[in-house]
Amino acid sequence: MNNAQRNGLLAAVLLLAMLASLLAGPVWVSPSDWGAGGLKAIILFELRLPRAILGAAIGAGLGLAGAVMQGFLRNPLADPGLFGVSSSAALGAVISLYFGFAASALLLPLFALAGAALGMAALSLLVGRSESLILFTLAGLILASLSGSLTALMISLAPTPFATAQIVNWLMGALTDRSWADVQLVVPLIVLGAIILAGTARPLDSLTLGETAARSMGVDLGRLQWRVVIGVGLLVGASVAAAGIIGFVGLIVPHLVRPLVGHRPGAVLLPSALAGALLVVLADSLVRVLPTTSELRLGIAMSLLGTPFFLALLVRMRRELT
Amino acid sequence: MQMRINRVSLMLRGRPVLHDLSATLQPGRVTVILGANGAGKSTLLSCLAGLRVPDRGTVLLGEQPVPGMDPRVRGRQIGLMPQRAEIHWDVDVETLVGLGRMPHRGRWGLTEGDRAAISSAMAATDVTALRQRKALRLSGGEQGRVLLARVLAGEPHWLLADEPLASLDPAHQLDVLDRLRDAARGGAGVVVVLHDLTHAARVADEALVLKQGHLLAAGPAANVLTPEVLAQAYGVEVHLARTADGAPIIVPVRRIA
Repeated sequence: MNNAQRNGLLAAVLLLAMLASLLAGPVWVSPSDWGAGGLKAIILFELRLPRAILGAAIGAGLGLAGAVMQGFLRNPLADPGLFGVSSSAALGAVISLYFGFAASALLLPLFALAGAALGMAALSLLVGRSESLILFTLAGLILASLSGSLTALMISLAPTPFATAQIVNWLMGALTDRSWADVQLVVPLIVLGAIILAGTARPLDSLTLGETAARSMGVDLGRLQWRVVIGVGLLVGASVAAAGIIGFVGLIVPHLVRPLVGHRPGAVLLPSALAGALLVVLADSLVRVLPTTSELRLGIAMSLLGTPFFLALLVRMRRELT
Repeated sequence: MQMRINRVSLMLRGRPVLHDLSATLQPGRVTVILGANGAGKSTLLSCLAGLRVPDRGTVLLGEQPVPGMDPRVRGRQIGLMPQRAEIHWDVDVETLVGLGRMPHRGRWGLTEGDRAAISSAMAATDVTALRQRKALRLSGGEQGRVLLARVLAGEPHWLLADEPLASLDPAHQLDVLDRLRDAARGGAGVVVVLHDLTHAARVADEALVLKQGHLLAAGPAANVLTPEVLAQAYGVEVHLARTADGAPIIVPVRRIA
């Protein structure tokens, strides 16, 4: 199977999974209810469809952002959260919850997006015109730890226990009760970010040979760096705005895809986006179907799925090292 | 097209590394750059490749300043094999060599011309048999040949190589030198940083000798690679001999205090 066929197959499976996810949940909707109108049609078109679209968009964004980050940093353990954009977006959202602005459904995502934008601006100030990866990673780490500690501060200072619970709950990430308004806000940003990152495939390929060789072949590393920051910032900021922090997708998915496409970093991008979308849509359907009293948070489900994955990775590495 | 080094000076972190260097490099010739560690050889090579911009002076390709060239055009004209062999992902040899076509490629897949260049580069460096293997699992010497194939696949008019013989066995050292000669015979300008004096004497048409960022000597290799110049450049006494067929052998024998 070549790469194009594999991507086609992934896209088809993703479409099927999205269709199936429309049916699954506490209330099962059978295909015959689709045209019938009434409550089930409302559940389908006003709750499940936007949720499926949002899940796919976020998953695609996180998978793609992870693949780009790993290729750019030439490190298979890099994660889109590494730039500090996801934690600064989360901080923005937490601020809106802290002040009780979340009454209006759109304020929270807007605050999150503003947080992400500020995070990216701070990152660009810290790094300046330097092209050093170490400086870059360090700046992202500073940003992540600063916004992480400010988030913790907001939680500890929260005016009411209810606000605390709301913040903690939101941070765990979920797609519950998202509407078309969220789709309209978030999906265009993810599409824009994806378009920006699509242009990084070739430069990422040449970085396989290291920075000197890549530059000698005409890669402008400074431009690549800003493409990556803006593209990843848009994808991660938008997905945090829509769903809170959903970890592991950006880390796991490129890992799974990489051996299938022969490890070339540019070839990892598209299948990572497709597989990321598939993973989030499936996981989100799973948390809906599980018979828990309140719905399991998607972010928690992802971490629970992610840990065994890393265990498997560790076992394999240990075998290869000995 | 000639490559002209025109009064190039460069400071790195406040330290002068290149000092008012001028020389003219000819296409179709192999020019070897010699000098002790830290003499500025690699820095000069990256100026030639357009990766560093001199503080004063410039490098001209024909009439065009190399630092001002469009990076992709420059990438097609000038191929660089960096000193440090880097391979970051577990790609196969053919993919890795194919990366050398990067500056030539259009928006979509590889053309017939790309494929032809890739296979002839692999054939030239004797890595065709390895093409399905993972580059990271090859030996250091095999990786060196694969990386040379990557540069050759770009069919550059100027081929710059920074110590391409490092970690190669004697047979493959000779092979690589032959490939560089072939490239020069094909019309490309070849500029190589070498440490082995005997190999340098055999492969070089021209030689540039650097000492602490200054140009110590330049010209036809036979005139430059003399015991006097080498003594000044490296601070060693060399023994010069010839093989039966007249090829020079240059061996350092002792330090000059």
